[in-house]
Amino acid sequence: MPSAVVRLPDRQLDALKSAYAQAALAKRLRTAAIVAVALALIALSFIQAEIDPKTFFAKIGGFFSYFDRMATLESGARVWTDPAEWFWSFKRNLRLIGVTVLMAYVGTLTGAIAGFGLSFLASPNLTHNRWTVFFVKRGLEFCRTVPGIVFALMFVVAFGLGALPGVLAIAIHTTGALGKQFFETTENIDMRPVEGLRSVGASWSQTVRFAALPQVLASFASFALLRFEINVREATVLGFVGAGGIGQDLMEDIRKFYYSDTSAILVLIIAVVIAIDLSAQQLRRLLMGAERGR
Amino acid sequence: MSAVADMKSRYPAYFRPRYGRRALVISLVVAMVALYFGAFLTFDVPWNRIGPGFFQLIWFVELMFPPDPGGHLVTYLNALGETLAIAWLGTLTGALFALPLGLMAARNIIPSPWLRFPFKRLFDGVRGIDTLIWALIWINVVGLGPFAGVLAIATSDFGALGKLFAEIIESADPREAEGVRASGGRGLSEIRFGVLPQVLPVIAGQILYFIESNTRSATIIGVVGAGGIGLHLSEQIRVLEWRQVSFLILLILISVAAIDFVSSKLRAGMAGRKAASE
Repeated sequence: MPSAVVRLPDRQLDALKSAYAQAALAKRLRTAAIVAVALALIALSFIQAEIDPKTFFAKIGGFFSYFDRMATLESGARVWTDPAEWFWSFKRNLRLIGVTVLMAYVGTLTGAIAGFGLSFLASPNLTHNRWTVFFVKRGLEFCRTVPGIVFALMFVVAFGLGALPGVLAIAIHTTGALGKQFFETTENIDMRPVEGLRSVGASWSQTVRFAALPQVLASFASFALLRFEINVREATVLGFVGAGGIGQDLMEDIRKFYYSDTSAILVLIIAVVIAIDLSAQQLRRLLMGAERGR
Repeated sequence: MSAVADMKSRYPAYFRPRYGRRALVISLVVAMVALYFGAFLTFDVPWNRIGPGFFQLIWFVELMFPPDPGGHLVTYLNALGETLAIAWLGTLTGALFALPLGLMAARNIIPSPWLRFPFKRLFDGVRGIDTLIWALIWINVVGLGPFAGVLAIATSDFGALGKLFAEIIESADPREAEGVRASGGRGLSEIRFGVLPQVLPVIAGQILYFIESNTRSATIIGVVGAGGIGLHLSEQIRVLEWRQVSFLILLILISVAAIDFVSSKLRAGMAGRKAASE
């Protein structure tokens, strides 16, 4: 098929060309401005944090040789040639990572139950007292913004070393994080089932049970699972401040330069975290499927 | 009532109790509760300290008021600036390394699953290790201080952002790249003109979001000695200077809220521009 490309007269073409150039220039100027601001902030950050980029290039070799040393046993052999020697404290580590996962579990469940209760108090479509809604929302925000490890530090002072401060810290942070996600879900439910039940004379608890809960339960469970995944990671480091789990041993091994022991714990942590992520993902998919299928 | 009876007789399937489902739910709940209480046996809970501990906590909270910098205001503000610098530099460094590797892990850029696989697993492995663990490792490499913090945040962001970037790039509309190919572009120009313009605004939004959340991570990274305000916070908690603790927490809350505000405005602006250009 013969095709004729239409060529505009030069006068029209020039007008279009200059308009294009102007548009392109405006866009380039804006990009340049953003880049300039970002560069200025980078320079400022280097000064503020007193970072010398030269150190990075001088020390980057150390990072890779660190991994090299982590893959080497005391005897000089590679770790994978002698798994028995590499994982010599496997039983202890397995118990500790079990405790870590349980800490995350108990903390997540406690926080989820607390957040569940508070979320109904924080949704204006179910609670009509404006001050209750305001204060519950601010309280949840506080729990969410203060990092879990700060709570852990304080609880260690009050309750002593051990898993309990860690569990409490996870529970408080989870209450804040899940409470927010829960009330955002409850705020956006379809109000028609609620009105339907109210119109036939159902009580408040019946309304919540049969109109609100069925709409939100699957997403609540899915949020809680996601939070559990995050909390498992968090629980691995709570031991750094003495709040239980595998973190205490890990920190000692890293600080004392026990390279192969460090890598043994890290391998275990990564394996457990990935296993939990994958199974939680499957569960979440099931939940979402159940929600859509309903 | 008779209407209900009538409905029951007409649609028995909807009214029949689902015993199988009920048994499943009940056994699931029982198992979860059993695991919950069983877990406490592994925690070695010091039961006799719980009561006194709670009173002590209440006492601590009373001691926190009024918040007071205790004459270290300049030091603390300086540390706060350091924290923000760590979050900013760490996120950007992580994103810088994550973008090319995210491209390598995206299905529409690298079709071979054998080439993509190692990148995906690398991201998973890096992501499985918490920022604080990376901080400890980097302290061993570059020494104590904010530089270790920057690198720790960069490393853990590299894992999280790499996976995220790969997913964003995979969700790009293939027709634009096909258009570039149809008009004779190939290889890199396909990525530069067909894929990147679509994904860059989304990626920029994610980077902003990570800067926001990393401000939070950067406040605690000092607990292990990697710079920022966390060092002072953990020190003041250990020496029980509760009024300074509450001042530091207040400082963190305010700066996190400020960063959240700026970043959500910027993200809303970007989303608005994107929606307007479409």
